[in-house]
Formats: sequence, C-alpha cells, structure tokens
Amino acid sequence: MPDFSEIVACAQGISSEVTTNEKSSPKTIIVPAHDLIKVCTELHQNPKMYFDMLSCVTGIDNGVQANTMEVVYNLYSIPFNIQVMLSVVLPRENPVIDSVTSIWRTADWHEREVYDMFGIKFNGHSDLRRILLPADWQGFPLRKDYQHQEYYRNIKVEY
Amino acid sequence: MPTEHVQYQYKSTNLTESEPNKLREENLRSEEMIINLGPQHPSTHGVLRLEVLMDGEIVKDVVPHLGYLHRCFEKHAENLPYNQVIPFVDRMDYVAAMNSEHMYAMGVERMLGIADQIPKRVEYIRVLMAELNRVASHFIAIGTYGMDIGAFTPFFWVMRDREHILRLLEWASGARLLYNYIWIGGLFYDLPVGFENRCAEFVSYIKPKLAELENLLIENTIFVNRTANVGVLPLNLAINYGVTGPMLRASGLRFDLRKVDGYSVYPELEFNVPIGEGKKGTVGDCWDRTWVRMQEIHESMKIIEQCLGKLQGEHKRTREFNPQALIPKKIRPQAQDFYIRGESPKGELGFFFRADGKTDVPFRCKARSCCFSNLSVLPAISKEILVADLIAIIGSIDMVMGEVDR
Repeated sequence: MPDFSEIVACAQGISSEVTTNEKSSPKTIIVPAHDLIKVCTELHQNPKMYFDMLSCVTGIDNGVQANTMEVVYNLYSIPFNIQVMLSVVLPRENPVIDSVTSIWRTADWHEREVYDMFGIKFNGHSDLRRILLPADWQGFPLRKDYQHQEYYRNIKVEY
Repeated sequence: MPTEHVQYQYKSTNLTESEPNKLREENLRSEEMIINLGPQHPSTHGVLRLEVLMDGEIVKDVVPHLGYLHRCFEKHAENLPYNQVIPFVDRMDYVAAMNSEHMYAMGVERMLGIADQIPKRVEYIRVLMAELNRVASHFIAIGTYGMDIGAFTPFFWVMRDREHILRLLEWASGARLLYNYIWIGGLFYDLPVGFENRCAEFVSYIKPKLAELENLLIENTIFVNRTANVGVLPLNLAINYGVTGPMLRASGLRFDLRKVDGYSVYPELEFNVPIGEGKKGTVGDCWDRTWVRMQEIHESMKIIEQCLGKLQGEHKRTREFNPQALIPKKIRPQAQDFYIRGESPKGELGFFFRADGKTDVPFRCKARSCCFSNLSVLPAISKEILVADLIAIIGSIDMVMGEVDR
C-alpha cells in the first residue's frame, strides 16, 4: 500500500511545483493549475496507487482579502484503500482551470456545480451550464462578496 | 414595474429562459423529437426534469435538469454554527435523516478531536437509529420502485411496515422524518424506557413480512421480466461515474464504507455485504439493484438485533448516563480541511469542511451527495432503450431529489 510520501513523490515527478499540507485529513497535495491534468492522469494510471474514484469536487472562495479561490478534489483508490486531497489555488479574477472530466466522469456534474456556485470556468468541459440554479440567475452565490439580485421574475429574493 | 402584491407574472418564455433545453430542435433529424418528462411526474421521484430525445419509442439521449428543490444547504451552512447545521442536514435526504446526522456529527467530532471519547452507549444508539432509518429508506426505495413499474400492492405493504419504524423513531426523538436527534458529542435524549423491547418486537414482526415482500415483489415473474437485463451498469463505468452504495454493489464490487472505513461501532458488529450476482439476468441490472437493497434490509435487521443486545446487556441504561454530557459548549475546531464519509442508504455521503479556527461557523461546508453522483450515470445507461425501461432505470437508482439538489 503506498503511503502519502510516495504519492507526493509521484506527483513531484510530474510537476516540480507540487507542495503539501499534512494538517488536513486526508492529507493534501497542492498542485499548480497548469499541471493538474498531468498529475491527475498519473495518479489515475499509476499501477502503484490507481486513484480510480473521484469522490468530491469542492470549490472554495477564500475571500476578497486573500484574493484566491480553490478547487479541492477528493480522490480515493479502491484497490489500495487510500484517500488523498488535491488542491488547486486560482486567482479570484477570471478563475480558469482544466477540466478532469476526461479522467473521471464524476467531475462532469461536480464541475458544473462549482461553476454554478463560484463562476470558476473549466477548460475542456463539454457542457458547462448552470446545474442547480436557473440559467438566468445573476451572480455566483457562494462567493464571499455575493450580493443577491433584488427581484427574480418579479419575485422578491429577500424574504 | 415589480409590485408587492402580484408576485409572479406568467410569460410563455419563462421556462425557456430559466431552464432552457440543451438539445436544439434545429439539430434534430426529422424522425426525432424531444419529450419533456417531469418535473411534476410521479415516476421521477420528486422534481427531476428529464429532456428525452426520442425516435419513436426508442430513447436516444437523456438530459437531466436539476435544481427544482435547491434550498442552498451550503450557503446556510456557511452562516450557522456547527450544531445548528444539523436540522439542515436532516432535510437533505429526508427519508434517511439519521444517517446524514450520524455522518455530520461524526465529522465535526473528529475535527474537534473528541471522537474517541464518545460513550459506547451513544454510539450503539446512533447505529441502531441509523440502521432503522436505513431499513425505512430501503422500504421506500423498493415500494415506490414497484409502483413505478406497475405493482401497486407492495407499496402499501412497505408503507405499513415503515410506519412502525417511524413510530419508533418518533418515540425516541419526537419527530417522524426530520429528527435532529444525533448531536455533536452525544444525543438529544437517551432512549425512552421500553424502547429496546418494542424494537425487539418490531424485529420479530418484520421478519415474516420481509419474506412475504420477497415473494410478492422481488421474485415475481412480472417484476423480474420488467427489471432483469434492463439498465445494466458495468463496474468500470460505475466507478468512473463515482457511483456508490447499493448501485455499486449491485454491479459486483463488495464495497461498503461501514466495512472499509469501520467507523463508529460497525467493526464490533457482524454483518455481510451483499453484492449483485446476476441471478435473473446480468450483473448490475435493475433487478440486482433491488435485490441488493432487499438483502441489505436483512443485514440491517442483524445489526439492529446485535445493537439491542448490547444496549440491554453491557451498555444498558443507567441512572448516571447522560447522553448530553460530552456535548461541547463551544464548537470551534482548529483551522483545517476535513473530509468525512460514511455509508448512507444510497451510497457514500461525504462532508467537506474547512474550518478557519477563529469562528464557530464553518468557513465552507460541502455535502458530497450520493444521489447526485448516482443520478449522473443515468444518461450513460439509458441509450437505445424503450421509454418504459427509462422509468425502470430511474426508479432503480433510488434518488431522493432533496439530496440531489441540496
């Protein structure tokens, strides 16, 4: 069974800018945005770890002061029973990241949800529409500086 | 001008603007047409809208539209202290609220570092409640599935039996569906006096009823003909789509987080993990999924019996026992990212937390909903089938729209 350092070493073989955060549970590998696809492909294909399941994709807005957004991927390897988190930090203006739908189909709807709530764009996603909110909703509700619209189709949003 | 007294003004373009079809009519071939199914349709189990591309009776493509039951769980959770999020967690999967509460409470306890101090009696009561609720949820799944494809009687039978479970849970917690019973660090109340005996009566009542249900529905020739070899979900596709729970097990993988992660007191309990064997058709078809749920009810009954034994034996009620003793006065975890997962009746239910260490409110709380991922596989397994089989596949996924939309 591979331990965390082996997974980090594997990711560092792909991208030299990989760092870690061992305080989180499961432990986190912080990947630069431009190498995400390469690292994910390697983690998915490498027979020593074989992360075949993407459990969860979470978007996080760190707020106006930090001026960053994050996308967190929870990976799980069924054959080796090991979990790991991947975290990608993005700038708050015009956040764009590559889509991992070509590796895990789970990402399809999860990335749409992140786009819906945070406005993070996913390059290479075949169908990036809003998923939970109506298509003509304004703004991205889970951003920390979100101000909801006053009326939606003559219905007062404030209750 | 918007006015206060006229809230909604009908315009025929409202639907196409707020939830436009993905498929465009000008791109269709002349024999194809788009049929809209839902959102208000009994076979879609709530408010799921499906945009179906049909060629005669044959389904060419399915595009699900979600969000009709979106209640901003994550936005609420970012504005409430950890303990006040629990009622919102209940309302995600409203037919199995105890399981969601259990997962949520366990996650926050682990973040606080008090998970290993929880008394065994509390843990056994939690598991007992979660398993009772799992049985109730599977009853709903099997009963409504039968009704979807034409068997009306089993629905009434399972609702009658589910009523006994709901009354037990109501007796313990005061609510029939949305309990707010499992708290961070303990429970709302101890079990009411006499609960264990009444629960044991229920177990002996339900066992012959399960055999009846199996004869009436699961082994019924009409049911088998309608579900066997329909909607086959291959294992590699299931894993790639993040499908978990009974759906994944029906595709042939013995994977249950109660065994794999061994959280709470599940390692001390004996139960099996049933998998789909393709007894009536192919591994991973609709019949297998229903059969796996039926077997899981039997396994849950085993767990309930063992819990009752423990709760009347070595962890029995004492005068000193206070289920609220360990509940922290201030719930402020250290700054960290945390992902907790567990087995809800429908699959892997996960919560991602980011705590900033400065407030009692989660900085970010994301629910990884099992039904959301399970439903996402629907377009992949409903190509080139009849529209009646599409209904059979939707029912076998057993999603609760409250959890899909959150």
